[in-house]
Amino acid sequence: MHELDLKALGVTAINQKLYHIPKDTNERHWVIRNPMGQHAIACGVDAPLLIDIMGHVGFYCGGMNKEAEITIHGHAGVGVAENMMSGIVWVKGNASESAGATANGGLLVIEGDASSRCGISMKGVDIVVGGSVGHMSAFMAQRGNLVVCGDAGEALGDSIYEARLYVKGRADNLGSDCIEKEMREEHLEDLAKLLDRAKMKHRPQDFRRYGSARKLYNFNVDHADAY
Amino acid sequence: MCGIVGLYLKNPKLQPQLGAMFKPMLIEMTARGPDSAGVAVYRNPVKDNEVKLSLAHDDKSFNWRHVEGGLEEALNCEATIHQIGTHCILVTDGKEEDVVKWLKANAPGVRVVGSGHTVEIFKETGLPEKVYERFDLASASGTHIIGHTRMATESAVTTAGSHPFATGADLCLVHNGSLSNHNRLRENLKREGMEFQTENDTEVAAAYMTWKLRNGSSLKEALEDGLKDLDGFYTFLVGTADGFAVVRDPIACKHAVMAETDDWVAMATEWRAIAHLPGADTARVWEPEPSTIYTWGGNA
Amino acid sequence: MDTNVPRTPPRKSATFDDYTLAEIRRAASTGIYDIRGAGTKRKVPHFDDLLFLGASISRYPLEGYREKCGTDVVLGSRFAKKPLELKIPITIAGMSFGSLSAQAKEALGRGASAAGTSTTTGDGGMTPEERGQSRHLVYQYLPSRYGMNPDDLRKADAIEVVVGQGAKPGGGGMLLGQKISDRVAQMRCLPKGIDQRSACRHPDWTGPDDLEIKIHELREITSWEKPIYVKVGGTRPYYDVALAVKAGADVVVLDGMQGGTAATQDVFIEHVGLPTLACLRPAVKALQDLGMHRKVQLIISGGIRSGADVAKALALGADAVAIGTAALVALGDNDPIHEEEYRKLGTTAGAYDDWHEGRDPAGITTQDPVLAARLDPVKAGRRLSNYLKVMTLEAQTVARACGKSHLHNLEPEDLCALTVEAAAMAQVPLAGTSWIPGRGGY
Repeated sequence: MHELDLKALGVTAINQKLYHIPKDTNERHWVIRNPMGQHAIACGVDAPLLIDIMGHVGFYCGGMNKEAEITIHGHAGVGVAENMMSGIVWVKGNASESAGATANGGLLVIEGDASSRCGISMKGVDIVVGGSVGHMSAFMAQRGNLVVCGDAGEALGDSIYEARLYVKGRADNLGSDCIEKEMREEHLEDLAKLLDRAKMKHRPQDFRRYGSARKLYNFNVDHADAY
Repeated sequence: MCGIVGLYLKNPKLQPQLGAMFKPMLIEMTARGPDSAGVAVYRNPVKDNEVKLSLAHDDKSFNWRHVEGGLEEALNCEATIHQIGTHCILVTDGKEEDVVKWLKANAPGVRVVGSGHTVEIFKETGLPEKVYERFDLASASGTHIIGHTRMATESAVTTAGSHPFATGADLCLVHNGSLSNHNRLRENLKREGMEFQTENDTEVAAAYMTWKLRNGSSLKEALEDGLKDLDGFYTFLVGTADGFAVVRDPIACKHAVMAETDDWVAMATEWRAIAHLPGADTARVWEPEPSTIYTWGGNA
Repeated sequence: MDTNVPRTPPRKSATFDDYTLAEIRRAASTGIYDIRGAGTKRKVPHFDDLLFLGASISRYPLEGYREKCGTDVVLGSRFAKKPLELKIPITIAGMSFGSLSAQAKEALGRGASAAGTSTTTGDGGMTPEERGQSRHLVYQYLPSRYGMNPDDLRKADAIEVVVGQGAKPGGGGMLLGQKISDRVAQMRCLPKGIDQRSACRHPDWTGPDDLEIKIHELREITSWEKPIYVKVGGTRPYYDVALAVKAGADVVVLDGMQGGTAATQDVFIEHVGLPTLACLRPAVKALQDLGMHRKVQLIISGGIRSGADVAKALALGADAVAIGTAALVALGDNDPIHEEEYRKLGTTAGAYDDWHEGRDPAGITTQDPVLAARLDPVKAGRRLSNYLKVMTLEAQTVARACGKSHLHNLEPEDLCALTVEAAAMAQVPLAGTSWIPGRGGY
């Protein structure tokens, strides 16, 4: 285990350190102290490192992550794990707006609540939120899974494409073209795996599934109110 | 487009440290607002029959003594002034409207930037750190404080265009975002008798609140009506005599975070501003919901 | 009845002209607004309304072919460790794989590289073909983030954060499904054949203060090497350019309303934004007021067609220009050679703008493999490089005639305007007078 003090080194020096660790290293475990809400911490990492960040972080922590397993021992600011490609970003506290925005792959776990626009434009990532998500979550969500163990805010899944949304609590204000869908066996299995990976103790049967009505997939003037 | 920060002390023992605790909060928001900065500090309440005015003049060598003497003679009142940089805190037992009228006639370069019993407002162009130093705010003692760092969008980088904007007795407003219907609203408010010093969108929001409050609305009602009448993106932080209020627009794109401990309540555009406070690591942290009004203190 | 009374001839309304009437009927019958490609087709004041004042006795011209007139430009010298060094101040604007065929993208890369300039990706990610064929490739960072990934980000030579474009400033828009082929769908993570509704704002930041943080993240990921451009549509250029600079941009790209697009509502293309000519002076003023002119470079685009346009844009203060539509025409877009096929599509060469439908006979704005195969990327690339070189020679010709040993030394004072409108927008005197509208002094 190696420690990096962000207060002493600054964000750029720490990121540069993480970028230049050889892929086949044994020195996989890095601990970042004193994050103090600074931005872009451990973004762009491209190696199977274990990174523990001891405190609250600012915007875009773990952005574009590839392969690394990043744990934030605190709250995360805007755009945590934005455009993640693979690996894991795990938030012990709450996440701010646009968590996992446009992310392509990997797993984003938020143990607390996520704010508005969680999973906006998501493109294949799996997101599991232990608490609730704010308004406009999964807006234009293209692919991947969003699991919400609490409630979903207003306009969930507005203009959604092919992403799958699972909500245990209330989701009584769905966005344009988002509808409740039948929970079939395959969905229960997928959801069970996701909950397991996120170490969340919930029964898949208690969730409801939401997805696209696909009415906006090809323009029809009679649906113009939905745009 | 800006950074906004506020700190309200629940524990009176911390009051002597208010300015020192707040300094890193404001400075952390420098990148969001390098053009100008402003602070409203609530301290040293005056007697019930007195009023405290925050005055500013662009000329550093302006002779404030002339204001003090002139006012006493003309209004037959007591007036004491305390100059801090380009600003001056005037305490008087004269009637506020007579004082303002006299200043307009006799000291036209003087701007009234705030008034009430406790609030003192300081604002100027330049980096937040420099502004904080110029007004000797690090040593400030008080109950609560709000601040603003400005990245000017469409209106000029001037002291007059800096936040906070006063909205009534002991009330002031800071804003992060950009309003999209302020020009027409300004014309409407002018017809209602409101006066404007700048082309700034926030000044319109402040005048709107002032107008609502003058017409008998409570602060909460004024903010609720604002949600209907102000279009665009905004997070507002409003300082009141004994606390503050926070509201975000229905779309809520401009980030805001709040934190509370047994000792204090803090609000900021970004967490890194709050991170400096003692106990921040274990504070209760949340984000204000869209279209929801949050208040601390009893004035709302 | 006196049959000799002159009859009033049929008179059509100027307000309700034939085009307008047809549009009303089309809307009534289809229930959808007109979506099309290309830029504005209405006439707006443009660089044509400006003329250069060549040297004679009061100033001395340079000898063509012998006395040097530099054309190089460095983009991104403010913060980036590796700024772009281009031989000519004419770059290729962002156009996506998806809206264009792979062959067309390759041809753009070949042509630009041969001429010593850069080309730009678009909304849809970076293809290996265009990276391979482009010596200098600018990678666009758009609200949709289609195909965005850190590997391509690091492969790019510069990053362009797209806030808006001239054809549709403030708009997202909708690309109808016809063109979404397997490969395009896969790159964008979307089902094949469906409409793409693109967002008007970025998903994880709003405003210049948050943009500053986003730029910081992009710089971190690319180790502070790559220039970061910010592209805006021309609407409030003074403020937008100033804020892009405050947010930390190395380069600002400003796209006027004549700038093209793959597909947007016609109402957007024709009714929103400022003419390119009107964008320049306020943008340059913003840079000058911040002490950043020539330090943060300004690229102007939207209807640049010739070396004269390039020289005029540079004289008004731009550091470089970008071309999109003109580059496509150089490749072979709207060529009368395909007239018969354009007629079958109900249009004519020079007017074809249904770029979103994917039936381009020239094989450029299409994903149809048969049509796309018509474009030979090598030959088309050669045509583009010829065109870029001609534009450069033209600009040099004008600059030498004005006594300049480098294109960047052209000044507004080298220009006059033919119309009052152009004089006001370009803030140069009306020809033969010293009158600049808005500045008094006739």
